[in-house]
Amino acid sequence: MKELGKKVLAGDIRAASRLIRNLEDQIPETNIAMREIFAHTGNSHVIGITGAPGAGKSTLTDELIDAYRKKDKTVGVLAVDPTSPFTGGALLGDRIRMLRHAEDKGVFVRSLATRGAMGGISKAVGEGIHVMDVLKKDKIIVETVGVGQQEVEIINHAHTVIVVLVPGMGDEIQALKAGLMEIADIFVINKADRDGAGKLYKETLNMVKMSKDMGDNGSWTIPVLLVENVLEPNKFAESVKALSDKIDEHYQYLVDNNLLSERMRRKTAAEVNEALWGNILQPVLSDLHSQGEMEKMVDKVLSRQTDPYTLAEEIASRYIKKQA
Amino acid sequence: MSDRRIRILLAKPGLDGHDRGARVLARCFRDAGFEVIYTGCHQTPEQIASAAVQEDVDVVGLSCLSGAHKYLFPQVAKLLQDEGAGDIMVIGGGIIPDQDMQALYEAGLKAIFTPGATLDSLVEWINTNVKPRA
Repeated sequence: MKELGKKVLAGDIRAASRLIRNLEDQIPETNIAMREIFAHTGNSHVIGITGAPGAGKSTLTDELIDAYRKKDKTVGVLAVDPTSPFTGGALLGDRIRMLRHAEDKGVFVRSLATRGAMGGISKAVGEGIHVMDVLKKDKIIVETVGVGQQEVEIINHAHTVIVVLVPGMGDEIQALKAGLMEIADIFVINKADRDGAGKLYKETLNMVKMSKDMGDNGSWTIPVLLVENVLEPNKFAESVKALSDKIDEHYQYLVDNNLLSERMRRKTAAEVNEALWGNILQPVLSDLHSQGEMEKMVDKVLSRQTDPYTLAEEIASRYIKKQA
Repeated sequence: MSDRRIRILLAKPGLDGHDRGARVLARCFRDAGFEVIYTGCHQTPEQIASAAVQEDVDVVGLSCLSGAHKYLFPQVAKLLQDEGAGDIMVIGGGIIPDQDMQALYEAGLKAIFTPGATLDSLVEWINTNVKPRA
């Protein structure tokens, strides 16, 4: 346990995987290892892949790994799937699409469950990225859970966000909505050999142009890439290679325009926020749980003896000592 | 507030495409509150061992209906040993004749489940024998 940070710094996969698990399980001493490795992070290019369930994110990720390996880049993957709200269990099935890389030492795939997080990734993703970074992965791909319109937390972690769309999911009004459609640095229209792909392509282009006219996204024009026919491996590989080129182009754009630090700042702010949360709120919650007080409070609110707002104020005044 | 969950990798090694049973188990373990990494069919022991290490699982569950269990199961256990991950438990299931059991246990398998084993008995075995490692 003590040596975990050092082992990860030495490139030990087992230790790295254990560290990610400790992060997921919120083992308190994990901070020690994270402190050790933090200074060595900040070198990888983090790519987020998001989109609806079944849009093809894992299959794209698999091919993207291949494209990057051919460019002699090492790749880390954090693939997130949902935790059951009923049992706490999870079926993590993204890896099944990436089996061919299992023995490649230049590729490290790790599956994570959301564990109740609502933003499309899990709480451990942010720090999991640091772990992959320390393992000197050139490209870190974060595959979100299948998302809807609103789960956009990936923007706090990725330098380049790819939104994967598929035909048949709605009309042009959907493309104008806030949320998911706003966060793309690159759009991929996957399964583009299916009916409706042409229409979706045009609608997405229109939306991108409108954003551009309104002055969004600086000088970066969001590309809309068509990826078709996973059943024709060569064609598929070719279009994903083109995607990898675009991703690299976006990274270069961020570097050339000093925008990378802006993105990293967003992540850092989220991390500081998270660490404060962990150090301030989490101990209070643990305390309340272990005293059995949480249950009592729920009972009180349930029977309408009090309300959540009064309760929260009482707890806050008990735990927080205001500094003069 | 730490929250250790049991993590299981389910895999079908070798030339065997019959994964209905493995899928049922994946679903069953999910419902038992475990995190199941389902990796599907047609895998080499090397792929399975490497995935188990990358995923930091507590248990590897192997399913084999092809008759090649006497090579495939021990091989996974051996590779995990070689990678310094001998503490990851390997369990197996499938069409396993009684006379093969001893050899599999000697090769490091911790439990073998054959047709007729109930889902409850598997979950109970795991809950009793697997402690998520600290």
